[in-house]
Amino acid sequence: MLVFLLLRLTPGDPAAILAGDAATAEQIAAIRVSLGLDRPLAVQFAIWLGKLLSGDLGQSYYFRMNVTALIAQRLEPTFALTALTMLLSVVISIPVGVIAAWRHGGWFDRALMGFSVLGFSVPVFVLAYVLIWLVSLQLGWLPVQGYVRISENFALFLKHLILPAITLSVIYMALIARVTRASVLEALGEDYIRTARAKGLPELRVLVRHALANAAVPIVTVIGIGVALLIGGVVVTESVYAIPGLGRLTVDAVLARDFPTIQGLILFFSAVYVLVNLLVDLSYAFLDPRIRL
Amino acid sequence: MIWRNASVRIGGVALALLLAIALAAPWLGTVDPSLFDAASRDLRPMQAGEIITLDGETLRHRFLMGSDSFGRDIYSRVLYGARVSLIVGLACALAALACGIVLGLLAGTLRWLDGPLMRVMDGVMAIPAILIAIALVALWRASLPTVILAIAIPEIPRVTRLVRALVLTIREEPYVEAAISLGTPTAKIMFGHILPNTAAPLIVQGTYIVGFAILTEAALSFLGVGLPPDIPTWGNIMAEGRVQFVAYPHNVFFPGVFLAVTVLAVNMLGDGLRDTLDPKMARRL
Repeated sequence: MLVFLLLRLTPGDPAAILAGDAATAEQIAAIRVSLGLDRPLAVQFAIWLGKLLSGDLGQSYYFRMNVTALIAQRLEPTFALTALTMLLSVVISIPVGVIAAWRHGGWFDRALMGFSVLGFSVPVFVLAYVLIWLVSLQLGWLPVQGYVRISENFALFLKHLILPAITLSVIYMALIARVTRASVLEALGEDYIRTARAKGLPELRVLVRHALANAAVPIVTVIGIGVALLIGGVVVTESVYAIPGLGRLTVDAVLARDFPTIQGLILFFSAVYVLVNLLVDLSYAFLDPRIRL
Repeated sequence: MIWRNASVRIGGVALALLLAIALAAPWLGTVDPSLFDAASRDLRPMQAGEIITLDGETLRHRFLMGSDSFGRDIYSRVLYGARVSLIVGLACALAALACGIVLGLLAGTLRWLDGPLMRVMDGVMAIPAILIAIALVALWRASLPTVILAIAIPEIPRVTRLVRALVLTIREEPYVEAAISLGTPTAKIMFGHILPNTAAPLIVQGTYIVGFAILTEAALSFLGVGLPPDIPTWGNIMAEGRVQFVAYPHNVFFPGVFLAVTVLAVNMLGDGLRDTLDPKMARRL
């Protein structure tokens, strides 16, 4: 409801934009009637909510197709990009965070903290251009822009996604590595770590089975919260790398003032975000036997 | 005591320098950032060319950072762009803090308001911040005040939560109990007794909002949904330059470097302030 009111109560007439600059007042009025924009706000909302419950997000003013279908059509690139980004981030940043905590205060730890401040500060699109310039233009290793569907050519699909995924993962990695380091550091100070070491367990086992396992809850939490960063990043990254996904669709829809599409996208992104965080909450019971559902 | 922290010193000095550059932009060898000259299009950095002033005179000008596809001076635009970024950053932080403080104090002191207000805040927080900003900006016709508001609004729930949490701990303190038993009016307790004690975490939070706001403004401009393209902002310069990025990377690099350094300085200042002002929070992260 918040999303709906927010978008409808703001000035800017979609009918006028659709009709173009040369349209007459009658033409604009006709378009408004055909879109149902002439009816009272409450009626519009009731219709929208009714359709939403049956999975129908309405008709896009600009793309002239069903918003649900539109989102489904653009989902693959975005899903592939975020999945690869998450994989990359988790696989790299958790070990890095553990090592930094293990060698607390050492050069590796300091380098990681420096990197994480940098990761939070360098804008996604600046990083994207630095990478394009270096990897694609100077070294010529990877394509500059574009997207190839997974069903067409898997190798090309991966090649086109590597740079965007690296770009997007930097801020996410900075976040995860930082929290991993902090929570593992806290776990390492506990008595059971001393006990485990005194038993003569190998250091790797102490770190993974004892320290990391006890530090898992905050790490998983931040992976969930970080999805918000990813969603914001996807909008920018897809624009820079010309990937025809949901992020690109968001920008196009906003520029065209395509309300149903913007509404649908915000709703979709928010639902994904809430769902991911629900899964995170559920995973607590699995990660920490003390927590019961 | 704050000054002894290295991050505060580095971040503070860098920001002071940037502020000086933004204020002194007209005297640093710049021209009016809106001036253009078709004969000086796409110059590389350090090349000399000509530029036509508003009075129609043609000036010789050295393009320190090159020029864009309209023949505008990137150096001048980047320097004037610093003004926009700093204004947006500070204004967003102040707006978000002001709203968040009032709402947080209300939620923390008035029991009946707490539940409904915090549910609304939870609702706003469920939508990723940049999406709210993008939607608002596009629908309000982008101008400086609307961009500032659009970026500040998604930050309000975070400040509100922080203030509320602080209020809930502070109101149990003996001095608040003493004030209540002396019959001090609620408003005076809120602003006179509780608010001053929330200052340190709020300053830290405010600093982070400045950094976030500068980043978001640049992202909005870059995507073409932010401030109108004729206003020199770092995001707009990059948006204009991205089309020709392969041939002329300087249009994207110079504003990008300024943007990254600025946000880095703000974040370092924030980290340093957190470590010195709020050591409890520092140990958590």
